[in-house]
Amino acid sequence: MAQTLTGRMWREQPQRYRMMASKDTDTGKVYFPPRLVAPGNLDAKFEEVQLSGTAKVVTYTIIRVAPTPYGDLAPYALAVVETEEGCRLTCQLTDLDVDDVKIGMAVRFEFRKLYDDNDASIIYYGYKAVQA
Amino acid sequence: MRDVAVIGIGMTKFGELWERSYRDLFVEAAKGAMKDSGVDNLDSMYIGCMSGGLFVGQEHIGSLLADYLGVTPIPAIRVESACASGGAAFRTAWIEVASGLSDIVLAGGVEKMTDVDGGLATYALATAADAEYEGFHGATFPGLYAMLAHAHMHKYGTTSEMMAHVAVKNHDNGSLNPNAQFPIKLTVEGVLNSTMVADPLHILDCSPVTDGAAAVILAPLELAKSMGLPIIKVLSVGMATDTLALHSRKEITHLASVATATKRALDLAGMTIGDMDFAEVHDCFTIAEICVLEAMGVYEPGQAGPASMAGETARDGKFPVNPSGGLKSKGHPVGATGIAQIVEIVKQLRGTAENGRQLAKANRAIAQNMGGSGGSSVVTILEKG
Repeated sequence: MAQTLTGRMWREQPQRYRMMASKDTDTGKVYFPPRLVAPGNLDAKFEEVQLSGTAKVVTYTIIRVAPTPYGDLAPYALAVVETEEGCRLTCQLTDLDVDDVKIGMAVRFEFRKLYDDNDASIIYYGYKAVQA
Repeated sequence: MRDVAVIGIGMTKFGELWERSYRDLFVEAAKGAMKDSGVDNLDSMYIGCMSGGLFVGQEHIGSLLADYLGVTPIPAIRVESACASGGAAFRTAWIEVASGLSDIVLAGGVEKMTDVDGGLATYALATAADAEYEGFHGATFPGLYAMLAHAHMHKYGTTSEMMAHVAVKNHDNGSLNPNAQFPIKLTVEGVLNSTMVADPLHILDCSPVTDGAAAVILAPLELAKSMGLPIIKVLSVGMATDTLALHSRKEITHLASVATATKRALDLAGMTIGDMDFAEVHDCFTIAEICVLEAMGVYEPGQAGPASMAGETARDGKFPVNPSGGLKSKGHPVGATGIAQIVEIVKQLRGTAENGRQLAKANRAIAQNMGGSGGSSVVTILEKG
């Protein structure tokens, strides 16, 4: 059930399109997506940083039974990756043979189409990772 | 805080129940629990339900179900913590009875999952993960647990064969449960040769999509004694949360919410995990049972897979796990699962488990119910009075 995500998608554009994160100015820890507070510190101060775009695969799977919006794409590789800045996120891996994905593999992010919402004539874009 | 007892249990058959509606399922389970305890009235009720909205297009289910159970105008509230909704409803009901505010409280759970097709069911379940940063990118629940499985295999050498043994054991137990959705026996080869859903998880590593409901009645211990009912004491309930997104965890293979909820429940009961005779745990996937047993402290990290393969968690093993058949074989109507775990433990403690699946030693047990990929967990300890 792909909902019409116009407003939601627009709000997330800094993260989805440019991978903007927040860095805790005290601890140096980088959060993606940005947060308003740090765990245990309501007064944490943050500065905006852009992720460099390089990461490593922490763990992965190959989705063979996909949820409705991604039905046509299966099988696709999905991974938890750790970025150079030390934060982790979930993304699809693309432009590769799904059987070649390995834990520890170096990847870099690219701006890609995620899926269409045909009912609303909206195409959702965001980040996917390719082998570095 | 007053001591609390479970005085009645009820559940429907679990399965693809095309002819049964959401409300009918709940009423059958709730009526069963009320009849079992002999109570005619309730002071309030809490209903675990993950997503009435996405599965049947219905919210505001507290009032709907109070109406169809014929108990209006009592307070009735839906409790939601994804697949731990049932456990969370039980905890809320327990707090209300323990506090002295109410005497007779129903804790129920219900999910009707087969009114939507497979793609929509997968989507609805995926909303228990981070919708913007996991679901949006195409994560499914099998996919998240598959990533947990790959990390566990990489770190500890856990194998697909070890995971398959969890499925075989739970189906062996479930084959003796008259309410089970899939009371069929499996073989390790059968699991390993079944369709891959999200590598390394095969379809027979996954719990099914299920319709069903379960309910229990809670009352003050002293009142239960005066009613002359078989006494099953609620020693404690513990709950904990963790990051919703799997990727935000420091250690992907460690289910911190399970560890914390277990510690809270054991501390409150003044016990250790070694004091438990058996467990019902949240085996939504075979790897989940392995990670849960490690987080609960039943096994050291990396040891639950080999132990499962060695038969230690079978009905006649050192520490029986999921004598009901678990979510794997009994079925997993997500909101009802936490309550169905309590139903099985009460049956075992009463000595009334059907078809020869009654455990030899069943005086005290622990139930572990989990939301999402471990974003929440509820742990309950019950003891024969």
